[in-house]
Amino acid sequence: MSINLEVPTKFKLLVDQAHQVALGVFRPISRRYDLAEHEYPKELDMLAALVDGMNDSGEQGTGARGVRRSNDTEADTDGVRNGGNLSTVLSVMEACWGDVALVLAMPRQGLGNAAIASVADDEQLARFDRVWASMAITEPGAGSDSAAIRTTAVRDGDDYILNGEKIFVTAGARSDAVVVWATLDPSKGRAAIKSFVVEKGTPGFTVERLEHKLGIRASDTATLRFADCRVPAANLLGSPGIEAEQGFAGVMQTFDNTRPLVAAMALGVAKAAIDETRSVLAGAGVTVDYDRPASRQHAAAAALLAMEADWEAAYLTTLEAAWMADNGRPNSLQASMAKAKAGRMATEVTLRCVELAGDYGESSLLEKWARDAKILDIFEGTQQIQQLIVARRLLGKSSAELK
Amino acid sequence: MASRNSRDLMGLGLTGLNKAAGSRLLDRLRLRKPVERVVFHGARAGFRTVGAATRTFTAAKRRATPERPRHTGERGRFDLTPTGEQQMIRDLSREFAAEQLRPAAAPADAECAAPPELLKRVSAELGITVLNVPESLGGVSSERSTVTSVLVAEALAHGDMGLAVACLAPSAVSTALVLWGDEQQQATYLPAFVGDDVPAAALAILEPGPLFDPFALLTHAHRTVDGYVLDGVKSLVPRAASAELFVIAANLDGRPALFLVESESVGLTVEADPAMGLRAASTGRVHLSKVAVPSAALLGDTAAYADCVRLARLGWCALAVGTAQAVLDYVVPYVNDRVAFGEPVSHRQSVAFMVANIGIELEGMRLATYRAASRAEQGRSFAREVGLARALCAEYGMKIGSDGVQLLGGHGYVKEHPVERWYRDLRAIAVLEGGVLV
Repeated sequence: MSINLEVPTKFKLLVDQAHQVALGVFRPISRRYDLAEHEYPKELDMLAALVDGMNDSGEQGTGARGVRRSNDTEADTDGVRNGGNLSTVLSVMEACWGDVALVLAMPRQGLGNAAIASVADDEQLARFDRVWASMAITEPGAGSDSAAIRTTAVRDGDDYILNGEKIFVTAGARSDAVVVWATLDPSKGRAAIKSFVVEKGTPGFTVERLEHKLGIRASDTATLRFADCRVPAANLLGSPGIEAEQGFAGVMQTFDNTRPLVAAMALGVAKAAIDETRSVLAGAGVTVDYDRPASRQHAAAAALLAMEADWEAAYLTTLEAAWMADNGRPNSLQASMAKAKAGRMATEVTLRCVELAGDYGESSLLEKWARDAKILDIFEGTQQIQQLIVARRLLGKSSAELK
Repeated sequence: MASRNSRDLMGLGLTGLNKAAGSRLLDRLRLRKPVERVVFHGARAGFRTVGAATRTFTAAKRRATPERPRHTGERGRFDLTPTGEQQMIRDLSREFAAEQLRPAAAPADAECAAPPELLKRVSAELGITVLNVPESLGGVSSERSTVTSVLVAEALAHGDMGLAVACLAPSAVSTALVLWGDEQQQATYLPAFVGDDVPAAALAILEPGPLFDPFALLTHAHRTVDGYVLDGVKSLVPRAASAELFVIAANLDGRPALFLVESESVGLTVEADPAMGLRAASTGRVHLSKVAVPSAALLGDTAAYADCVRLARLGWCALAVGTAQAVLDYVVPYVNDRVAFGEPVSHRQSVAFMVANIGIELEGMRLATYRAASRAEQGRSFAREVGLARALCAEYGMKIGSDGVQLLGGHGYVKEHPVERWYRDLRAIAVLEGGVLV
């Protein structure tokens, strides 16, 4: 054991590959699919097949499945492990340096896949192996307050009958299946909330419409409707009983693994903007000196230094959260810290980069990144929700006490 | 008319007197024990004294080559777990901070001095100055121990930053000797730092004035036939009045360099320089007026100087992390206990979110500091990482200090609670250069 916060040697190749994909595949088509919202980026099919191949060949953490907490990587003799959570965070960050919208549109790499990887049993994991799964939590009347969802699931023989409406489902139209949060009994609160894998084509499950958005336009965002939709009981993820808090804790556990993932996306977008701004400013004769006091440097250099510092804080907190997940340590606090810091950092940084570089026009990707970044401070738990979670943990307060 | 800040006649007279007296007078009178030289309270504008009387530093066993702790080499695995040894030293430091520093903090702040027995105990119980010294020179380490030093500084600052600086000041000099001293410098000065009676000593880089840049020093060193002559002023030097040995940063031939200067050197005078915070560290101003030092006084090269500035900043980052953690640990029970409008104030989001943000930014400060420290001891480049850690600790450390007072409201503004002291101390992070070294 010894403190080291560098990219593990064994993940360097993976990170490099992800960077090559970002540079060679995502960047060239980035603007095209930003302009052509709702058009499927067909270039992703080949890439998705490549990622599948890497997963099959035993490469770890090359996608959403990397977040599963298992003993897939051997711990060193002293019990410390660098595993799938860390490698996924690192490779997602690199990929999002290319284009976060395209990463969100990657087949079989949806947040639903991360949810399945996090909480599914082995049978389910095998059954949904090649399934592209999106994640459906938000409803018209319940966003951050996920305990207040009204989509119902009623047991009927070997099935559950789902009824309700889900909005803001990333890849909801293109995915093969959706992980749907529904309540077994709206009067029982959180304990009754379960997640179900609902496959496309299931009678009663329809895609209602697609959203037109500020950013991440290459990724489709759908409204889904469930009308007497019959789902096999075997598709319920986690335990079927209504145990006080425990059931909800199960579905919430997904967040401990996916929040660092979204933080990694924010890190990737922000890094792209910082790199581009640094290069543009260097062309204008402004460079950062890490040794000289910021107040003795060009104001733009000082701004770049401050942005990079915030980026560094978000980056290291994200790696910490992922590392803890790999080592079986409870990381809800760190996952929310990472998401909070990375989310707000990415928005501030990308907006500032547009200002510093003066690239407000579509001839540069900076304006796109500033639009893309904003969602990362919202989905998978808004900034305010992350702060609430962090505050409750630090203060030792329940959700009833600190609302 | 002279400005109110310039010395009056009495001050100039005293300065002259002291200059004339010099250390030779003290020598003749055999005043070898350090005396209380600086009075912080009462009228003292411009009052200066000569530097502390020193022991005689003479080269004992001189080696053929200087001894240096090795870099640990690059590590391949991401890991946030300290080694067993580091955990042990960290635990000891935390215990010392909680039991000895925290209770002594308020009186030391008021008196602008750390209790001498406390400073003795920190050497005896924690062996701070031997941590970075190689075994062959009487220390304990054969490898660089930047991370360990960071963990110690962090732990001590959780007790009190001012006292932590007072405790750590001598090790800044011993560490500089270990890292950049030649065989003669090591043989002359290091034995004292691994002995029972560790001398007060200080690394002096900062100078008074706006926009200070450690790479554009106003203190100058001029070459002479047998050495150098130093002129300039160093500000906020910890334990300046009692220091027996200084490492002084001065511009030599257009480049910054470090010089070993004994406190008895003719032309060296010390003046109290109390600040808004770090008062337990007895900060002083060191005036150098035609101070002649031998050619053997030059310590390290230009690259060493840059590393010295960086490792000093890293020390301040570690101190910021420790004090910011103290703020968090203090405000949590306070906002939970404090009732307003019928419930604990922590049940309000405006209060709770402030606490959350302290936690979030503190985590980033800590990890950035650890990363820079780990890179330094592995032998990787670390200029960027120190720059970023410093930017974070300067900005958010101060923010945390300010929020700590805010969360306690009026109670935070009075000396019944330590948060007002932490507020004053945390302002130092963006300002101080030198003083500590990890």
